[in-house]
Amino acid sequence: MLTEPYRCVKWSAKGFLFLLVFFAWHAVFAEGPQSTPSIFAPASTPASNIYELSLFVIAITGGIFVTVGSLIAYAAFKYRQHGQDDTSEPAQIYGSAQVELAWTVVPVLIVVVLFLTTARMIFAIQDAPKPKSALDVTVVGHQYWWEFNYPRLGIRGVNELHVPLSDANHPTPTFLTLLSADVIHSFWVPQLSGKTDLVPNKINYLWIDPRHPGTYVGQCAQFCGVEHAKMLLRVYVDTPDQFAAWVKNQQQPAVNDPKVAEGRHVFETQACMNCHTIAGTAATGRFGPDLTHLMSRETIASGATTNTPEHLREWIRNPDTFKPGSLMPAMQLNDQQLDQVTAYLSTLK
Amino acid sequence: MADSTFPVPGALEAAPHGRRWSQAAFLAWLHDWVVTVDHKKLGILYMLYSIFFLLVGGVEAILIRIQLVRPDMHFLSPWVFNRVFTMHGTTMVFLVGMTYIFGFANYLVPLMVGARDMAFPRLNALSFWLTFFGGILLYYSFIGGYGLYGASSAPDTMWWAYSPLTERAFSPGHAPDYWALSLIVTGFGTIGASINVIATALCLRCKGMTLMRLPLFVWLNVVTSFLALLAITPLTAAQVMLLIDRYLGGHFFDTQAGGSALIWAHFFWIFGHPEVYVLVLPAFAIANEVIPVFSRKAIFGYPAMAAASVGIAFVSLGVWAHHMFTIGMTSVGNTFFVLSTMLVGIPTGIKIFNWVATMWGGKIRFATPMLFCTAFLFQFLIAGLTGIILSVAPWNWQLHNSYFVIAHFHYVLVGAIVFCIFAGIYYWYPKVTGRMLSEKLGKWHFWLFVIGFHVSFDTMHVLGILGMPRSIFTYEADRGWAPWNFVVSIGGFIQAIAVLVFAFNLVHSYFKGRVAGNDPWDAWTLEWATPSPPPAYNFAEDPVVTSRRPLWDIKHPEDPDWRYE
Amino acid sequence: MSTLAVAQAEREQAWVQPSKGRVAMFCLILAESTIFTIFVVAYVYNIGKSLYGPTPQILEVPIWNSIFLLSSSLTIWLAERAVEHGRIKSFGLWWALTFVLGAIFLVGTGIEWHKLIYEDGLTISTNLFGTTFYSLVGLHASHVILGLIALFTVLMFTVTGHVRKEHADRIQVLALYWHFVDAVWIVVFTVVYVIGR
Repeated sequence: MLTEPYRCVKWSAKGFLFLLVFFAWHAVFAEGPQSTPSIFAPASTPASNIYELSLFVIAITGGIFVTVGSLIAYAAFKYRQHGQDDTSEPAQIYGSAQVELAWTVVPVLIVVVLFLTTARMIFAIQDAPKPKSALDVTVVGHQYWWEFNYPRLGIRGVNELHVPLSDANHPTPTFLTLLSADVIHSFWVPQLSGKTDLVPNKINYLWIDPRHPGTYVGQCAQFCGVEHAKMLLRVYVDTPDQFAAWVKNQQQPAVNDPKVAEGRHVFETQACMNCHTIAGTAATGRFGPDLTHLMSRETIASGATTNTPEHLREWIRNPDTFKPGSLMPAMQLNDQQLDQVTAYLSTLK
Repeated sequence: MADSTFPVPGALEAAPHGRRWSQAAFLAWLHDWVVTVDHKKLGILYMLYSIFFLLVGGVEAILIRIQLVRPDMHFLSPWVFNRVFTMHGTTMVFLVGMTYIFGFANYLVPLMVGARDMAFPRLNALSFWLTFFGGILLYYSFIGGYGLYGASSAPDTMWWAYSPLTERAFSPGHAPDYWALSLIVTGFGTIGASINVIATALCLRCKGMTLMRLPLFVWLNVVTSFLALLAITPLTAAQVMLLIDRYLGGHFFDTQAGGSALIWAHFFWIFGHPEVYVLVLPAFAIANEVIPVFSRKAIFGYPAMAAASVGIAFVSLGVWAHHMFTIGMTSVGNTFFVLSTMLVGIPTGIKIFNWVATMWGGKIRFATPMLFCTAFLFQFLIAGLTGIILSVAPWNWQLHNSYFVIAHFHYVLVGAIVFCIFAGIYYWYPKVTGRMLSEKLGKWHFWLFVIGFHVSFDTMHVLGILGMPRSIFTYEADRGWAPWNFVVSIGGFIQAIAVLVFAFNLVHSYFKGRVAGNDPWDAWTLEWATPSPPPAYNFAEDPVVTSRRPLWDIKHPEDPDWRYE
Repeated sequence: MSTLAVAQAEREQAWVQPSKGRVAMFCLILAESTIFTIFVVAYVYNIGKSLYGPTPQILEVPIWNSIFLLSSSLTIWLAERAVEHGRIKSFGLWWALTFVLGAIFLVGTGIEWHKLIYEDGLTISTNLFGTTFYSLVGLHASHVILGLIALFTVLMFTVTGHVRKEHADRIQVLALYWHFVDAVWIVVFTVVYVIGR
């Protein structure tokens, strides 16, 4: 009896119900940062607005699915041929203007409702006014890493974006200006907001106002080259105290520990300094990430691995271990130099 | 069977006993196929080409799914993975999608309008061989240029090849060159074939075949061809600009010299969105023939169906930027494209309703073609609804470039188009070869494919909701995506098995299938009035028709169609 | 192996369908127009975006050149009329004149480019203006070249006495293409020498 398509119907309906239950579960129980960045676990106003709109759209499309799906299923089941020998032809019907008009008008009405709801939300999110208390961050996408400049605080962060918690009573949203240094990237932290592309020669904007402290994960969402998959993003939502402390630390010049002077010497005499900046040293390259406060970050290589001395040493020895195709070359340092540089970098709190 | 256009199955079967295989005979046979200008042979060549690349693209899909079956796999390097998914997309859209259209159209449009060949047989052959050469050139990239030694030169910048990633600064070597050149060549083939279809359908109709009596299959193929003329050419123009940039030092998309990354995206999607309808309208065309015949009823609302197709084609020219909601358009721009995109839903809805109304009150025979078409109706309904979901710009900001989008367009490209292609092959295979495809294998094929399809692509929606972006070669273990990806991969393998069953059925039935006769499905359009396979001249005398269903009129002289026109 | 005889009606009415040559040429023109549209959009979009190098002010308006090309539309129309009425000699003359006018246009473009390259130092890789200018005008010029090749072929047939009255329809289809090439020049001229300068 495989031929009866109602099985297909049952199967699809079950799958659909299952999906709905799954989504509902996620939406109801998730709050604050998750390791799975579900768009149904919003933690910031743009993401929440989108989530609410999506529930409305799901209700409408779900309704259409159930109605039209049952019609198809009913027609397929009810009007199937009964027995091979019943070869008489059914009555031929060529069309009906009234019926066709009816099923043209209903979709038009649905489109009108959906369109108006959507348009309102587009303007609400995209043209939201910027409060005075907002923090400005300029995001620059590079092939496989992120640069976060805080123009008013004089900070140049890398890969890990620190933003203050936004309290409903004292909103401190973060307004991001999105730029690209090379190809098109896309900034996407699903729990905080929809994505927006970083397009060369174009300035884009995005804003977030996270409500729960913690670490939110995301990643580049526009294919940007070999290591696109390892262009990960971490957003740290700090309480006001944490954020103030972080800002204070970032504004310091680089630690200059005489115990690791050999490592610093290696860094300044090898090609490292062509691409990297360490404030207060001869290294002022802009092609790679700023390393002034390398040790204040939990990850290296744009989130490809955790920031431990062993990983750092391996990363310098051969970046392909963690991120094959990254633009940082293997520097061909000998073991002693590697140890020295790692020791030096490990002091850059 | 002396005048058969196809190597006669009986003769091949008998070959080991009767004639000995000879090199000269083989070469003569091969030569015959290479120099042919017969629309039926070219149609078969298009279809074989399409099915061949469907298998190749399928292998690439399987490679992708093996790599993503769990986090941190090292099955493919990132370089290879990027090439494989780029080639998967490019192959499926340009070498499978754009050729199955002309496979069906070439074989069937002249037969359906009662003509003896296409309007321009030699242009037809040229178009096919251009397309053929383009496909070969694209795949030559795996060994040509800097290929084979270490890394190949296969395109690795996604099928939309966003600039400036394709500029010399970011893509040295020849990968984007192969992509652009081969698609320009296949594009010329497409333009030639489209012109041919239009001219055939408008100028070679047999007596009495007015425009409002054309089978809907022909109507939709004419609309498709017009749309292809308007859609392929912007891509060709943009690719010429890309080559000017790469070879003559131009700056169209060179962002470092003031060029624009944005304008490529616009040009590409001005091609890319109508392209979706170029691919899907011929699938509708197949459904328009299969559903009435197996429901035993005339198509419901013929004028509305034709009008809806034209409507879809028109609206589709104004929706391209819904692929670019995240690129930073103004809120007014976003709103406009939300509206235009949602409008597509209206003619599409009309089509679905008309198909259901055609089934309503019929006596539906669930042979394999109809099974595929029924599943197509369900899947296309879901694809349309996820399309509406994606047109909601704010939600699109979340879903864009996620696995939800992949799920959505595979629902269209596989769930609608490939299902209709299979329906069409099961339906017309008897006409082309003179033998039926095995129904038993067909049912296996159908159920395996349906199950595999839903296991894969239903699950992908969830991955998108969970924040997994597309085109990543691996993902972090702690993201919770692993079990879902595992399920998707399982579904992929089930589909692969189904396609192998299909391929086996194609070959097996060619030699062992039941002999079909002229009209195995008791159908109504002119092609079933010819022998199976049709002779080179199609019709011994030019047919004259008086209604949309000429064979119905002959079979039911007591209640002919023309009374109701 | 005969086909089924299909019902008999409407035999008395004349069964007229459009000419396949014209339909095909209109389709080709449709496709070509799209290509030109994209290049025109790219040109307009990039007006004034060059970061350095020569600007469109260095262009001189090719008035005479344009007059030559546009008047070739008139001469080819006269040639069409002539062959329609079987005046092959007159057809040959008008056709040859069309060819000459087209060739003059091409030479004029060559002179203009020579000046731009050697005196103003503008090449296709100089800046965005150079890229878009040479691409758009070059795209049009390449269509003129194609048209001239087709015109020349017919001219050779005429000289060798192979063109007869019954070829009028095919010649008119070819002439459609030439009219299109002329019409596109009006667009290109307006965009490049009027709006863009």
